[in-house]
Amino acid sequence: MLRQIEGSQAVAETVALCRPEVVCAYPISPQTHIIEAVGAKVKSGELTPCEFINVESEFAAMSVSIGASAAGARTYTATASQGLLFMSEAVYNAAGLGLPIVMTLANRAIGAPINIWNDHSDAMALRDAGWIQLFAETNQEAADLHVQAFRLAEELSVPVMVCMDGFILTHAVEGVDLLDQATVDRLLPPYEPRQFLNVDDPVSIGAMVGPEAFEEVRYLAHLRLLDALERIPVIAEQFHEATGRNSGGLMHAYRTSDADTVIVAMGSVLGTIKDVVDQRRDSGERVGVLGVTTFRPFPAAALSTALAGAHTVVVLEKAFNAGGGGVLAADVTLALGDRSVDVLSVVAGLGGRPVTRQSLDDLLDRVAGGTIGGFSFLDLDLGVVERERASLAGARRPAPLAATPSSDRAEAS
Amino acid sequence: MSDATVFEVRIHGRGGQGVVTAAELLSVAAFDEGRHAQAFPSFGSERTGAPVVSYCRFSDREIRTREPIAEPDAVVIQDATLVHQVDLFAGLTADGYVLVNTSRRFDELGLDEYVLDLRPERLVTCPATELALEHLGRPLPNAALLGGFAALTGQVSLGAISRAIEERFDAGVARRNVAAATAAYEYVLHESERMIGASPD
Amino acid sequence: MSEPVRFYQVGSFAVGNRLARAEDRTVQSCPDRANAIDSGHRACQGCGEALGARYALDAAMRAANGKVVVVNATGCLEVFSTPYPETSWRVPWLHSLFGNAPAVATGVAAAQRVKGRFDVRVVAQAGDGGTVDIGFGCLSGMFERNDDVLFICYDNEGYMNTGVQRSAATPPAARTATTQALGMSPGNVFGQGKDLPRIAVAHDIPYVATATVADLHDLERKVEHAMSLHGARYIHVLVPCPLGWGSESRETIHLARLAKETGLFPVFEAERGVVTAVSPLRRRTPVEEYLKLQKRYAHLFGAHARPDIVERLQRIADDNIERYGLVDDETRDDRPLAEVAT
Repeated sequence: MLRQIEGSQAVAETVALCRPEVVCAYPISPQTHIIEAVGAKVKSGELTPCEFINVESEFAAMSVSIGASAAGARTYTATASQGLLFMSEAVYNAAGLGLPIVMTLANRAIGAPINIWNDHSDAMALRDAGWIQLFAETNQEAADLHVQAFRLAEELSVPVMVCMDGFILTHAVEGVDLLDQATVDRLLPPYEPRQFLNVDDPVSIGAMVGPEAFEEVRYLAHLRLLDALERIPVIAEQFHEATGRNSGGLMHAYRTSDADTVIVAMGSVLGTIKDVVDQRRDSGERVGVLGVTTFRPFPAAALSTALAGAHTVVVLEKAFNAGGGGVLAADVTLALGDRSVDVLSVVAGLGGRPVTRQSLDDLLDRVAGGTIGGFSFLDLDLGVVERERASLAGARRPAPLAATPSSDRAEAS
Repeated sequence: MSDATVFEVRIHGRGGQGVVTAAELLSVAAFDEGRHAQAFPSFGSERTGAPVVSYCRFSDREIRTREPIAEPDAVVIQDATLVHQVDLFAGLTADGYVLVNTSRRFDELGLDEYVLDLRPERLVTCPATELALEHLGRPLPNAALLGGFAALTGQVSLGAISRAIEERFDAGVARRNVAAATAAYEYVLHESERMIGASPD
Repeated sequence: MSEPVRFYQVGSFAVGNRLARAEDRTVQSCPDRANAIDSGHRACQGCGEALGARYALDAAMRAANGKVVVVNATGCLEVFSTPYPETSWRVPWLHSLFGNAPAVATGVAAAQRVKGRFDVRVVAQAGDGGTVDIGFGCLSGMFERNDDVLFICYDNEGYMNTGVQRSAATPPAARTATTQALGMSPGNVFGQGKDLPRIAVAHDIPYVATATVADLHDLERKVEHAMSLHGARYIHVLVPCPLGWGSESRETIHLARLAKETGLFPVFEAERGVVTAVSPLRRRTPVEEYLKLQKRYAHLFGAHARPDIVERLQRIADDNIERYGLVDDETRDDRPLAEVAT
């Protein structure tokens, strides 16, 4: 049913339809509305049977999820940013143990400096943990991805992170077509693990594995993620058959087939980019945008095929490797291999800085004019940067970042 | 850069005045009337009394962009004391609407320098806080201002606003908010007509 | 359980006791005990933790009609019991991380509830490191929620598996790899300590108990009593570590007894914030008798003896005796053991 609803509420409604058995989370902006809504459903009895547990930290949240999932319960949690890092040990543990936990990650920047607004640095921090990472473009997709996530997780015994931009999606009210219980039940059969903590058939889970076997165990995990690359499109297709929607899959291509220049990006910024693409297409420029929906495992082959005709690829992303370059850009570059195509890495929207159509338009002018470097930051206030660098020049003693760079100060060395 | 089919509204106020809810209700009203709508707050530290901005876009087509509204077609000011603190009129289009919550008249607000190039009949005040006190018993002007917005711009109907309010709040609270919205609607309608009648256009 | 269970007959208060009435016999003396942790594990000779875990889990299994899920923190017990691809565990067993055993157990318990398996009980276990230090946050959270988990801490007073480093449970003056016997204050500092049993009592949970591997009957009884209750329960078991303590492997049980009889390790029970029972000292014993059997205290004796430190340790013991009322005036016998024996 089509409703004008807050993104967090849409996700909560959909997660509830997935019949989770244990939900536990620790509050952190901007995920709070999701967890509050799911919690209310459990408390009122609307979502049953389900145990909702208020824990004392994110580390506890993922740990409780591990216990519940290992005991055979369909388990869900949500977090963001600092919370994801605080549970990072357990995040790796869940993947290593092969537990099909689904987690919503309300993408938010990681401090210091503390910043509660959107970027993708949190997801990037755990990109090698062995979780499947899916990025939603809209609240519709964010809701829909959760159904696919549980299905995928339980088929492959791999945990899945559904990423949705914090505030920009979580707190936006827009039209979402919510699924009904019957459709979700058809798409998502009950969770019946092959083995779990079972008093009738005991197993020991979580043994120490030494050098003689560790590599094989890890390689098997790698193969499961490669299997995911095969299964994700199939599950997305089944979802499409049931709902008519194209949510999920490996990527979404928009006007890329004859494009000379393709922007590659993830998450909500894709909507803004599409408006710019249409505008420039109207002026005759052959430009398109490729939205990466499945970031981990990285769909290298599919991406390479999708970019086959492009001369210039602009990777626009909300994270970067300090002292290095773009993160998504690195994956894209690797995927494109030897192909002679310019990959331009652009970092944008860090810490919630809005990415505007005007900025993107200017960016594409610079791309077209060849006046952009291989690695750049969108909308950077160079004046502030230069003043800060100048004030530190000549200083002999290091100091932590005690003041914002926009304040002028004289440094006594 | 603007798209002719999209109408963009920016709502300014202070934390605790229901600025975020106002944008959401506006989007629900537009949705009710079959349009695509998007509402979101600018996410500053949420503290009672701090300046807050929320946004609402509606369109007959799917809304894809997510950027904050830089060139609003309408600005709703829930708290006139913000005028010297925040650039309330930034980017307002030449045909833009301004609705200010105040018991004074627009020309008594000392905002002339900000609105020089705008169409005077689209600059309207509404004593929303007073109407809210009268109908709700609380100085929460957001519902009233939505009624005023409907009258001023005609972008949504009062009926849609009322239905949005009823969907969001419990019966008693909803009824009182609808009453405030209706009173404000009539006030602004009257004001607009008066100004159009008075303008040399 | 097709493999024959081995057990040994010793004196009147120990494992076997064929002479005792059936209802007084221990779980360990039963041939059909669960053997939750089976033989073949890699623990050191004389390991108090292996002993304590065996006693505790078999008692839990009997109390729960064999339906127990065990969650284990990282540590000696986990490492020596599951050298991949083997496991000593005959029960469903999960090892997640070092600091999260209480939270993982909460999750397992929630899963049982949601599936209507009210017959399945959850036991979480960890060493002192995983309980008192890195697991503390999760433990307190589990207590506060009153999750239906029995948490057992096997306290050998240090991080033994990683090479005997100091934990918050390490007693003052004890030598460890990070509290060396050097300088003016050799060994671990004299701080306030971190008395987990008291902290557990302060959480007002349904049941808290301390025990040692010197009194098997007592430990089994406490586990069985805990299993008769629901909600958050905590048992803190003193388990000497020959390697870490620098003691003879055959002295493990003796040391545990001395720890209790000196007053250094008070044995008591509490329910919902109130101490309900204490195990009085049978024979008040000076701390020296206990300390001298352990090389981790060797720096307090001999050439550079520190009677002042021994005195401070004695005061701690005396304070415990006072606090818990461990000396029952009617039964106490202050005569030195040598005198009594003649």
